[in-house]
Amino acid sequence: MIVARGRFAPWLLAACAGLALLVAWSFAVGRFPIAISDVWRVLWAAATGGESGVAKNIEAVVLQIRGPRIAGALAVGAALAAAGAAYQGLFKNPLVSPDILGVTAGCALGAGIAILYSLPIGAVQALAFAGGLIAVGLVVAVSTWIGGRDPILTLVLTGVVVGSLFGAGIALVKYIADPYNQLPAITFWLLGSFTGALPRDLPATLIPIALGLVPLALLRWRIDVLSLSDDEARSLGLNVGLLRLAVIVCATLVTAAAVALAGTIGWVGLVIPHACRMLVGAAFARLLPLSLVLGAAFMLAVDTLCRTAFGTEVPPGVATAFIGTPVFIALLAASFRRSA
Amino acid sequence: MTLAARALAYGFANRVVGRGVDLDLAAGEVVCLLGPNGSGKTTLIRTLLGLLPPLEGSITLDERPLAQWPARSRATRLAYVPQAAETYFDFSLREMVEMGRTAHRGVFARPGERDRARSAAALERLNLAALGERPIHRVSGGERQLALIARALATEATHLLMDEPTANLDFGNQALILEEVARLRGSGAGVLFSTHHPDHALAIADRVVMVRGGGIMASGPTESTVNPENLSTLYGRPIEVVRVTSADGVSRRVCVPGAAARR
Repeated sequence: MIVARGRFAPWLLAACAGLALLVAWSFAVGRFPIAISDVWRVLWAAATGGESGVAKNIEAVVLQIRGPRIAGALAVGAALAAAGAAYQGLFKNPLVSPDILGVTAGCALGAGIAILYSLPIGAVQALAFAGGLIAVGLVVAVSTWIGGRDPILTLVLTGVVVGSLFGAGIALVKYIADPYNQLPAITFWLLGSFTGALPRDLPATLIPIALGLVPLALLRWRIDVLSLSDDEARSLGLNVGLLRLAVIVCATLVTAAAVALAGTIGWVGLVIPHACRMLVGAAFARLLPLSLVLGAAFMLAVDTLCRTAFGTEVPPGVATAFIGTPVFIALLAASFRRSA
Repeated sequence: MTLAARALAYGFANRVVGRGVDLDLAAGEVVCLLGPNGSGKTTLIRTLLGLLPPLEGSITLDERPLAQWPARSRATRLAYVPQAAETYFDFSLREMVEMGRTAHRGVFARPGERDRARSAAALERLNLAALGERPIHRVSGGERQLALIARALATEATHLLMDEPTANLDFGNQALILEEVARLRGSGAGVLFSTHHPDHALAIADRVVMVRGGGIMASGPTESTVNPENLSTLYGRPIEVVRVTSADGVSRRVCVPGAAARR
């Protein structure tokens, strides 16, 4: 696909404008339609501490229900897309993402265990992070040990295998869970949705995401060098081991926060960085900001459609799979043709 | 300004690839590393770059042991030019060359004025200025290899170590790379390059190092070292060196397979 490249600012501006429109649309539509002007008045009043003059029930829908859900979708979309971009650069592999590497499954198992023991949100986050780190550590160790002539495919396959191992762990958690309260909660959470995004949970999601994103943003010029061969990166003066560890920790932290909030939403981390690379090229300094904005926009669009387009709510995690699977197959085919 | 190996043994923790290597690379000279497949040319280059620890002996850069150089200052003196691979993400040529400035910048710093100027100058020197914004997958193999040389120049290194820079290139692009390497010498760089073509040594190298069977088989000035006896031993086949004179009267030596290869 040939798109005019290198023109980063226009793409980023267009993406931001699209995102703003999406946010307005998402506030307005739903079972309970709200006029954009009312949405604006409520948000303005909430921001300035004044009186909105809008009916209390409308205010509640905007601030208590749609607001957190929109914030959750934006944060998760941005987080997964950024993590995907980072993993792809780090592993020099355009076919990986948090879910394909098994990191999402690792986070889900950690979070699932925390939910099983009714631990507080902080512990859910921490265990999700630990699970994700164990998963990515296993994937790196196993794929390095296997070696092989096609490291790209080896990494993908190892990720799939490790992911299914953690999937078995999740199945066990479900099996043990109390079938009347915990099992439905865990099942719906795992499907991937933002219905559980509560105002009080948002800080626990947004803070770790910010903690992971800031170092990634600061290291954006170095991450490009990391995507060269190890010999090249080291000969250019890079401390490859340390930087790789830092990027893995950050990307996994961001993924864990997203999974703890919204369950396993796949494919965003694969599709969005890829689309962004087509638009603005491979440099991480351009890839990261555009991935953040487009990831957030994509996630919000999917979630809003999922709650309005059909008679019943569709979990966005299911919807992303319908989009992501064909894209992955296309990428896999392209990658094989290139190496053939 | 010399990169020097003394009694060097190189290889991996569980396998010595070669030993007893004495090698010097001074500024302003081109040294060619010849050897059959599996003779450890790449391993030797990686060791000289400080990417693999020496198993025995010493490597010094400006009389100071290479291992004592901090990674970042070493990177501004000693540059690596790998074989241009197809596996890169699709950076533009300019972005690829600007990565050569990594060691000159802080960990979080973006490329500054000076970095951009140095990178532009490096592209200019290799006649790539017009291709700066072209994605690396959309230039020829020769241009891709030149971009990696430009990246090495952007590091401001005095010594360039090139691992088969002409491999996978067509005949014209091979000649192009050799020409550029010869030009680098003119500007005071020390270049060590490996190749499977002894003709490339005859074309541009001041000195030749031949490695075979776990050590240096022969080394010395190109004129005297690249001879039928050494080449035949090195590659295990009879090889002749003949003198040809081109139409414009320039005379030079080229290598051709000897009698046994003619059926």
